Amino acid sequence: MNEARITPDDVRHVASLARIAVTDQEVAGLIGDLSRVLAYVGQLRELDLSGVEPLARVSDDPGRLGDDVPGPTLDIEALRAMAPAWDDRYVRVPKVLGEGGA
Amino acid sequence: MASAIEMAGEVRAHRGGAVDRITAALAAARVTNRLCGAYIELLEEDAVEQARRVDRIVRDPAAPDLPLAGVPVGIKDNICLDRGRTTCGSRMLENYRSAFSATVARRLMEAGAVVIGKTNLDEFAMGSSTEHSAFGPTRNPWDPSRVPGGSSGGSAAAVAAGDIPVALGSDTGGSIRQPASLCGVVGVKPTYGRVSRYGLVAYASSLDQVGPMAGCVADAALVLDVISGEDGLDSTSASRPGESFTADLERPVDGLVIGVPREGRSLSNHPAVASALERAVEVYRSLGATIVEVGLPMTDHGIAAYYVVACAEASSNLARFDGVRYGRRAEVDPGNSIVDLYRRSRSEGFGAEVKRRILLGTHVLSSGYYDAYYLTALRARRRIKEDFDRALGGSGCHVLLMPAAPGPAFVIGEKTDPLALYMEDVYTVGVNLAGLPAVTIPAGFTQGGTERGTARLPVGVQLIGPAWSEARLLRVARMLERELNLPTVAPAMASPTP
Repeated sequence: MNEARITPDDVRHVASLARIAVTDQEVAGLIGDLSRVLAYVGQLRELDLSGVEPLARVSDDPGRLGDDVPGPTLDIEALRAMAPAWDDRYVRVPKVLGEGGA
Repeated sequence: MASAIEMAGEVRAHRGGAVDRITAALAAARVTNRLCGAYIELLEEDAVEQARRVDRIVRDPAAPDLPLAGVPVGIKDNICLDRGRTTCGSRMLENYRSAFSATVARRLMEAGAVVIGKTNLDEFAMGSSTEHSAFGPTRNPWDPSRVPGGSSGGSAAAVAAGDIPVALGSDTGGSIRQPASLCGVVGVKPTYGRVSRYGLVAYASSLDQVGPMAGCVADAALVLDVISGEDGLDSTSASRPGESFTADLERPVDGLVIGVPREGRSLSNHPAVASALERAVEVYRSLGATIVEVGLPMTDHGIAAYYVVACAEASSNLARFDGVRYGRRAEVDPGNSIVDLYRRSRSEGFGAEVKRRILLGTHVLSSGYYDAYYLTALRARRRIKEDFDRALGGSGCHVLLMPAAPGPAFVIGEKTDPLALYMEDVYTVGVNLAGLPAVTIPAGFTQGGTERGTARLPVGVQLIGPAWSEARLLRVARMLERELNLPTVAPAMASPTP
């Protein structure tokens, strides 16, 4: 199946969307792995699924909203202990704005 | 080994304390861990402390009865606990300590269970062999050269080794039922929404369920009694009247109709799987059940639909591991941006299979491929659900009976091709896509034998029921268990009866 042919640029594009750095060696391996899995899942397009509604979740339960009642939250000290870098009341990260930012 | 029900009864009756029970379980678990690598972490001191608390409660005449008083349990390490580490078998969370406990863990402990350890798993529950944990593989107690199945392989191995009567696993595409089959224990995948997912590290949220793995059906039912029920912290947990899975367990189902899908009788099944299935059919027939052949024609497309849906959801769920709020953070140069931090942290933290699934999921959701892959898979998912509805409702069957896995435990390192490994779940993924409950119970062994230099390996069968039918499903499982009366503790690992 043509759509299943993955190029190195496709792998780099998807890796960039997924925010995962990949080496050239990893790209080479992923081309083979992803092509084979995509070729395999491509079998679904051979089914006649016209008129079949997609099913994203099985429950008929429409879900419900929680009560809007203030309650205790996780302790800030516990959150601080989990974060790799912390500054006063904030998680510390590299620059977010400007060149190279998100 | 004693069952959870017997252990709790003894502790409640003050015949032996919880501390002694837990100390013995920890000693057994240390041995199992050397041989099988079933646990990522043993909670040595904390477990004894938990046991002291249980001993205090059972001596208090005013305290309520604890259904799991002093019962040692293992918890799969993708289930958060407010003590020890919660690693998900990943370098990403190697040093992660959860600030809270999952609802299932909290309910177990409130019922008197003592968590002795966090069990090994394929990284983020992505796998069918427990070979792909960042902390090394788990081995099968029946034959340590073989896998225990996965991804809940640590929980399955710990129960099969006899350290603990019950453990929790999680099942997204078969991760409770396939290792239960390969390790010869009981595994229950509840109806979607039966058990709270709060505190279960999400892999594919529309498929994930937590469930018990146990040495016998009655223990699995008891644990399901304790962990199931609505939870305000998980909006997908269903609001349903309280139901007991233990009360009627010993009562056989009258007028039982069992559907046997012809797709489950595939010629590619291992002979031991085929003969265990036919033996189970004969047992049910001898008990008066009506056996009908049914079709699940979408079975061959289940794996394809599953991998698209599960990887799509995983790519979204695992976006939270970005090196910012918790988990591994890569060292980046001062001039680097936050995107460099994300990319490097995720590249270092995730293993190969997790990356493959995130990338596959990102691809099938990306512009130009969403309709062709993702929506197509969701349409196939509806057809899969309709297959089950027809086979169960339309054919008047109470349950379906089919294999849990196409073969017994395979040798570690044997399946290097990701697709070959995915096929382990050919009989299990459909149940998750349809949101149904299913139970794996031990049903036979491979031939093995010393003259052939191979160990006897267990194989299970799977019973599948309509949504919310766990009580009846477990009764049907108990009917087979009572007749077959198979050992669920591996002989080489069995500890002397106390």
